[in-house]
Amino acid sequence: MGVPAGELLPSVDPVHRSRWKMKNKHKLFFMAFPFLVVTFIFYYLPISGWIYAFYDFIPGIPLSDTPYVGLKWFKTIVSNPTQTAEVLRVLKNTLAMSSLGLITSIFPVIFAIMLTEIKSGWYRKLVQTLTTIPNFISWILVYALAFSLFSVDNGVITHILVQLGVVDEGYNFLASSSNIWVTMIVWYWWKSLGWGAILYLAAIAGIDQELYEAVEVDGASRFRKIWHITIPGLIPTFFVLLLLSIGNLVNNGMEQYFAFQNAMNKDSIEVLDLYVYNIAFANNFPFATAVSMLKSVVSVILLFAANTLSKMVRDESII
Amino acid sequence: MRKKKLTAGELLFQIMIYTLFGLFTLSCIYPFYYLFINTISSNDLSAAGYIKFYPRQIHFDNYSKVLRISGLGHAATVSVYRTVVGTLLTVGSSAFLGYLFTKKEMWGRSIWYRSVVVTMYFSAGLIPWYITMHNLHLTNNYLAYILPTIITPFNIILVKTFVEAIPPSLEESASMDGAGYMRVFWSIIVPLTTPILATITIFSAVNQWNSFIDTAFLMTETKYFTLQFLLWRYLNESSSLAALIRNSPDMAASVANMQTPTSVRMTVTMIVVLPILIVYPFFQRFFVKGIMIGAVKG
Repeated sequence: MGVPAGELLPSVDPVHRSRWKMKNKHKLFFMAFPFLVVTFIFYYLPISGWIYAFYDFIPGIPLSDTPYVGLKWFKTIVSNPTQTAEVLRVLKNTLAMSSLGLITSIFPVIFAIMLTEIKSGWYRKLVQTLTTIPNFISWILVYALAFSLFSVDNGVITHILVQLGVVDEGYNFLASSSNIWVTMIVWYWWKSLGWGAILYLAAIAGIDQELYEAVEVDGASRFRKIWHITIPGLIPTFFVLLLLSIGNLVNNGMEQYFAFQNAMNKDSIEVLDLYVYNIAFANNFPFATAVSMLKSVVSVILLFAANTLSKMVRDESII
Repeated sequence: MRKKKLTAGELLFQIMIYTLFGLFTLSCIYPFYYLFINTISSNDLSAAGYIKFYPRQIHFDNYSKVLRISGLGHAATVSVYRTVVGTLLTVGSSAFLGYLFTKKEMWGRSIWYRSVVVTMYFSAGLIPWYITMHNLHLTNNYLAYILPTIITPFNIILVKTFVEAIPPSLEESASMDGAGYMRVFWSIIVPLTTPILATITIFSAVNQWNSFIDTAFLMTETKYFTLQFLLWRYLNESSSLAALIRNSPDMAASVANMQTPTSVRMTVTMIVVLPILIVYPFFQRFFVKGIMIGAVKG
């Protein structure tokens, strides 16, 4: 390295430095410019497509040749009873699964706390390594695994459960509409629990060890240590993640439901994102656009609400 | 370690958590193991549900046959291509843009930075996105796999926070010696940010390999199909799968090991999941460290 960096600094002439910075003001911008253009094209330009919600747009016919219908597609949501019932059903699925997700978001915390209670180091590492694997495979692969384990004809789990007399011959787990909310959340946690716990494990590792030693002197039991030190140490992380997920209440994403949907479970599995896809696939572009517009508006409102809540409760904003 | 006597309650607690974690860990890896032993066992025994815990009558016909299904090899090439090129570009641009955003002297920096970050929280929706991609001629186009991932806000935040933690004197001394931004980036920033760049590399590679929705929406010609997409089709269309098996070469060779739709499905699944399972153990410690650094820095 030659001369230590620190010794060079005092000789830097402040006027020279500020002029150097001025000269580079625009140079830096032009260096970032291509990336900003990409951001604009792929994130901001699509917003212009919201205009399709106000036309009777049919794919293949240019927008200029299609009639402007104003708020027609938004009104159908409330004025057409079948449409209203559809949207309410989808909304119910969306909120049900999101709320299940919110309620069970305590799981990774419990996972992390219990894992640190395990004394054997190799066992802890093994558990941590193997339970994060599912996070790295796609939902399509998860479905493929589920298919080979639970299918009616030759799923191994189905076989075992039939032999034990738990279910009837021919019970189809994947095509059943009942319990699909629970099934989905179970798959979700199967995939993401190990990974989700890593953040909390990091937070636990960051807790001052002296705190534990101090209460140990006072004769605190294992459970008291968890209750009085570990849990309070994890609460900030937990709240940030919880508030962020409130902003995503209507965004369940769609890959999971897309992979698992079929004709039998469609009624209960269709969340907003999947619903938009399904009506778009039926070529109803304007209505699909109108629904995703409303969805975006609702999630931005939720995000700001969560942010305000965070400011009030923890004096800290999340965005 | 000093040994303390465990109370009965604590012993029970230990037994409980060891068992719980054992069961959950098993549930996480058994599906993969189950698939694997079924793909290498006799297809007859597998179809009858005999293969549960260990393989029987081991053979690799499934793999050699499935790999010869027309289209699968090409799909694998597409998947590898998008993973390699997409990852390189994503990591490169995340590193560079993340570094540029640490420069307070950039014109309009905070506006640009915020406008990139907020894209994490909203999306225009499926149809507007699709129409935009269509208008940009990115349907049936390999570029559609690569261009949209270049800007991933989360990666840029990770790099920016990491670079900000590097002592500024390092950079300043280099620039006093006449190094420009590019030079500083290559010789100082990149070497110092390797841990976070490695983390981003893994995330981005896994994302690219797993990506599936973009193929489903944007590609109609078979030559653009990826492995994930083919797998999804095989899972859903039993008729197309039956046709594949019928049309595959030297069908009559081994009647005992006749491929069934299930065996083809399982084998394709295994082929898609194997790269991740193989790469995973080498990088696991790395990205756990990376995400922990990110978490601690917040």
